[in-house]
Amino acid sequence: MSTAQSNIVLDITGVNKSFGGLQALSDINLQIEEGKTHAIIGPNGAGKSTLLNTCIGLLKADSGTINFGGNDLTHGFQPHDINQMGISRVFQTPQIFPDLTILQNVMIPAFAKRDGAFKLNLFKSLRDEKEIEAEALHLLEDLAMADQRFNNAGSLSRGNKRRLELAMCLIQHPKLLLLDEPTAGMARHDTNQTIDLLIKIKESGMTKVIIEHDMHVVFSLADKISVLAQGAIIAEGEPDEIKGHPKVREAYLGSAEV
Amino acid sequence: MKSIVLSTKKRDYTTLLVFAVIVFTAPLWGKIIGAGYPDLLQKFAIFGLFAIGYNILFGLTGYLSFGHAAFLGVGSYVTVWSFKLLTMNAIPAVLLAIVFSGVFALLIGFLSLRRSGIYFSILTLAFAQMSYNLAYSVLTPITNGETGLRVLTSDPRVVDTALGYTIEGSPLATLFGTTLTGYPGFYFCAVVLVLGFWLSLKIFRSPFGMKLVAIKTNQTRMEYTGFNHRPYLLCAFVISGMYAGLAGGLLAVVDPLAGAERMQWTASGEVVLMTILGGVGTLFGPIIGAATIKYFENIFSGIGDTALAEIFSFLPDAVSNLLITIISPFVGSGWHLTLGILFMLIIIFLPGGMSQGFQKIADKIKQKNKKSSTSEVKLEKDGIA
Repeated sequence: MSTAQSNIVLDITGVNKSFGGLQALSDINLQIEEGKTHAIIGPNGAGKSTLLNTCIGLLKADSGTINFGGNDLTHGFQPHDINQMGISRVFQTPQIFPDLTILQNVMIPAFAKRDGAFKLNLFKSLRDEKEIEAEALHLLEDLAMADQRFNNAGSLSRGNKRRLELAMCLIQHPKLLLLDEPTAGMARHDTNQTIDLLIKIKESGMTKVIIEHDMHVVFSLADKISVLAQGAIIAEGEPDEIKGHPKVREAYLGSAEV
Repeated sequence: MKSIVLSTKKRDYTTLLVFAVIVFTAPLWGKIIGAGYPDLLQKFAIFGLFAIGYNILFGLTGYLSFGHAAFLGVGSYVTVWSFKLLTMNAIPAVLLAIVFSGVFALLIGFLSLRRSGIYFSILTLAFAQMSYNLAYSVLTPITNGETGLRVLTSDPRVVDTALGYTIEGSPLATLFGTTLTGYPGFYFCAVVLVLGFWLSLKIFRSPFGMKLVAIKTNQTRMEYTGFNHRPYLLCAFVISGMYAGLAGGLLAVVDPLAGAERMQWTASGEVVLMTILGGVGTLFGPIIGAATIKYFENIFSGIGDTALAEIFSFLPDAVSNLLITIISPFVGSGWHLTLGILFMLIIIFLPGGMSQGFQKIADKIKQKNKKSSTSEVKLEKDGIA
């Protein structure tokens, strides 16, 4: 464990969180290794979203520590602080800027990466931001969206909105990418496209935490899976181990299923 | 907002040039619509500037401030005080107006921007009404309360006295010797308006402007993208407050007095109407809206029953009397009625304001031209064949 310590991007130890009388998370221990895709699965109401929001300091943990690159995220940071530390996030419903063009959507996160949380560049013209424009365009070409770059992002299909949102995260080269059910509510075709893209991202060596319902997605992407049930991690391991784990079958898949 | 990246530099300079030409030739084309007198043209320019600045906050970020008249008032008071204490020269007066209203906007913006949506609007309204009441009563030593602040011949004017200038008659604002009333006053405002428009164009085309639109479109994503939206909003608020202060300063330049009624909530509401009427978030919309409202206020309100009788004098008496009875509630002191109807029609049929209407007309003409030109080409080809 001591040799692997340096490779751990996000280190969660002994985190508890309760809402009123309800224990949402109990004694969560989770180590996210660099370059790995770590999936968190579990039935509805298991506390997956709570865990994700606590991980990034959006919800304040009652006890325990969450270490990200030397920062203790239990202090309760603002979302923009979290992002500036190097964590980008994809939401269940794609969060993009529908009134801006696709190109502008991808350029804005690049500004955040370059300029920080605030910069008053009133007199600089967007036309002179050639570097960022080129970078955004390059990324859009990879996603086969370059032709539509002057269209409003709001006109995209759901699958393409997700791809755009991923592009907006990728241009920041985050140290950690959080994906909250990236294929939720998507048609099969869009889901497959998204999986292909996520595999591509995985190959680039980006560290990811993914919350997902769709087992097909989880088993095609994850290096490691943690199973969450009723606020506690009941199993952890590689996909093959998890597939056969009796506790997981009982809690997640139902007793007679698969 | 496509134009942010799509528009070329050349096109922007052309826009600015066209705008400048339209503004500086206003005395000529103003005559055609019966607005060719300096008082009204000054108002076009000043309230156009007010609306341009307001649009930077409301149009780009979507935050509806209901208290911008407070900054207008601060600008006017500061300008008059500059006339009283320093010099009758307009340049330091308007610069001071910008600085003071900026500081004032920083204070009010910092507090109001802790909330968004309707609560933000209510907070700004509350602050503006507080300012109005302070100006009206408590701060009488500074604002001269109900009577309003005036420039007097006996005021110290330290700089003017030191330089040996003396004033004969009632004191008027000057620009290095030129008295800024009538047409010189208008041209002074026009130059400031063109500069203000240029700055607004710059902001629209800057990363800052794009980020403001991004905040309007999706604040959550903006936060998770790593931007702290608060300082951006505060900057937009302060910039628009400075525009308002500048406009207030110009009001006091062309007519050196300042009254508390300039800060009343109706004045704040007026700039909201101007911006929506012309087109929220567009470059030209707010100026069009401001000019339209000021035109109605000054021209329609001037048409009385006798003027109507003159217009319809060629008709038989019975018809003419009937028409006058129907139309008279909409003109003269009833001009608000016409404006209200116009406003409703615009909101219902052109939610993008008048500039959306112009855009639609322009598109239609373009399409027609394209169609006719392609059909002509076809005909020619057919003819050759």
